[in-house]
Amino acid sequence: MDALTGESQIVYDARGLVEPNAEVPKVSSIDGTTAVFDANDLTTRQINLELRWLINEQGITDVHVKNPGAKHSLGVGILTRCKITFEGSLGYFGCGVIDGPEVHIKGRVGWSACENMMSGTVVVEGNAGSLTGAAMRGGDLIIKGRLGARTGIDQKGGTILTMGSVGANTGFMMQRGRQVICGDAGHGLGDSMYDGIIYVGGKVRSLGIDCVPGEWTDADTEFIDRKFRIYELGTPPAFQKFVCGKKLYNYDSLEASERKLVL
Amino acid sequence: MCGIAGIIYKDGHHNVGQDMTRMLQSMKHRGPDSTGYALYAEPTENVVMRYTTANTTTPRDFEFQDRLRRNRAEAERRLAGLGAKIVTCVQETDYAFRLTLDYTDDLKKLADQIEDIPDCEVLSLGHSLEIIKDLGDAESVCAQYHLEQFQGTHAIGHVRMATESDVDISGAHPYWAYPFSDIAVVHNGQLTNYFQWRRRLERSGHRFNSECDSEIIAVYLAEKMSEGMGLKEAMEKSLDELDGVFTYICVTADALGVAKDEMAAKPLVLFEGENMIAMASEEMAIRAIIDHEIDTYDPYEGEVMVWTR
Repeated sequence: MDALTGESQIVYDARGLVEPNAEVPKVSSIDGTTAVFDANDLTTRQINLELRWLINEQGITDVHVKNPGAKHSLGVGILTRCKITFEGSLGYFGCGVIDGPEVHIKGRVGWSACENMMSGTVVVEGNAGSLTGAAMRGGDLIIKGRLGARTGIDQKGGTILTMGSVGANTGFMMQRGRQVICGDAGHGLGDSMYDGIIYVGGKVRSLGIDCVPGEWTDADTEFIDRKFRIYELGTPPAFQKFVCGKKLYNYDSLEASERKLVL
Repeated sequence: MCGIAGIIYKDGHHNVGQDMTRMLQSMKHRGPDSTGYALYAEPTENVVMRYTTANTTTPRDFEFQDRLRRNRAEAERRLAGLGAKIVTCVQETDYAFRLTLDYTDDLKKLADQIEDIPDCEVLSLGHSLEIIKDLGDAESVCAQYHLEQFQGTHAIGHVRMATESDVDISGAHPYWAYPFSDIAVVHNGQLTNYFQWRRRLERSGHRFNSECDSEIIAVYLAEKMSEGMGLKEAMEKSLDELDGVFTYICVTADALGVAKDEMAAKPLVLFEGENMIAMASEEMAIRAIIDHEIDTYDPYEGEVMVWTR
């Protein structure tokens, strides 16, 4: 039987939703600890299998993926220190649940990139969709373009830095970590945040509940300067700082019955 | 979940049927139940009508073929009664027809007469709009309706994962803005004040062929435009008056617009090229018709964008 390529080798169930082929394609060109492969004719599952095979079994520390084609869920679950370069854009859920890799995306990422990222760095040359860095725990996520809504929702650590603007409800229920936004922020910035810091270089359309301006310190200046220096982002703009006001009900010590009387 | 797509060319006609098929096929995983197209060709003097004489839920019993024949004959009799002269008639499937009509009277009257026949539905009426929708993925619908050669200026499309209404042609998108010529909508999301708007619009004399909330948007926008609003203004108004989470694309004879609700809860990726604007629920759909690296972005919450060709 002729070898199938691309979309044609995906086997769907009756509703068209399953991709059961679990065979590692082994199509990479390997040179020492560096490998390159073309993802154009591979499925999402095959690309991730190839990545894991290279990194976990072949001792490769530097992988270049050509033509990722905005496919979803690429580069997820990489738990090793290594370098991965995507020579194009990723679709949804790219680089989720990673712990350690240094990822460079020479394009854009779709919704929910770097969800639950534990550590490492991800640098995106283009824009990113909504929910970027959701529930992120650590590491640095640098977006050189603009971001969608709900950036860093439920963020628990690490840094999200964008050179552009962000959409509504950015930092919603943020618990720790930092966001550096060089452009504008949409409605409801930092709504219901518990902790963490949000820096905004542009205009803020509106602050969310319990998000308040914070006092600028030398540590803020040092942090911003260091990130801009490390990632060669030029001169940082002047930022406003926003933190949690800690006035929401979850910060008081009232019993539920007492709260009804107070409020 | 569902997937939506839109494309408008700035430089005349292209093989829009083929391009839209590629876009929709690449999003098959977002909605394998049905696929629909609203394709726009250069306006003609004749009215183009796409209609069906049975739905997919119509019983396929021993009488089925007879009913199809009777329904078609009755439709043609009623068209003649209205003074609508059939210029061309193409039978696309057992139950789907494309007619060009020499007809200058009221489109509402025409649509109402056809839809009064049991199981008959007018999918689109206009001078440049053609709505094609059926069960299956884009490649099967494209092959069934011979869309690969369709030359046009702009289009929208939809792949449907049925959630709140039947898997049938009536529940498939796009929706024509009955009874307004050449307006159609595809939508991803849910309207929470659907019944409120449906009752209001029904009181204004509009009919709805489905239980799908998306049908409201097309009629809502068309009614606003009939009151004198431009497409962009009507779409901006919809952000205040339609509740829920939605991203929708609306097309008219010469424009294509997109609107996102205030929560931006439904995705849309946008590419603005030199000769075309393309958008879809997923970037891979845009890449299905462009063979080089591109810059794309998501419109923000509460944003309305309109392009005119």
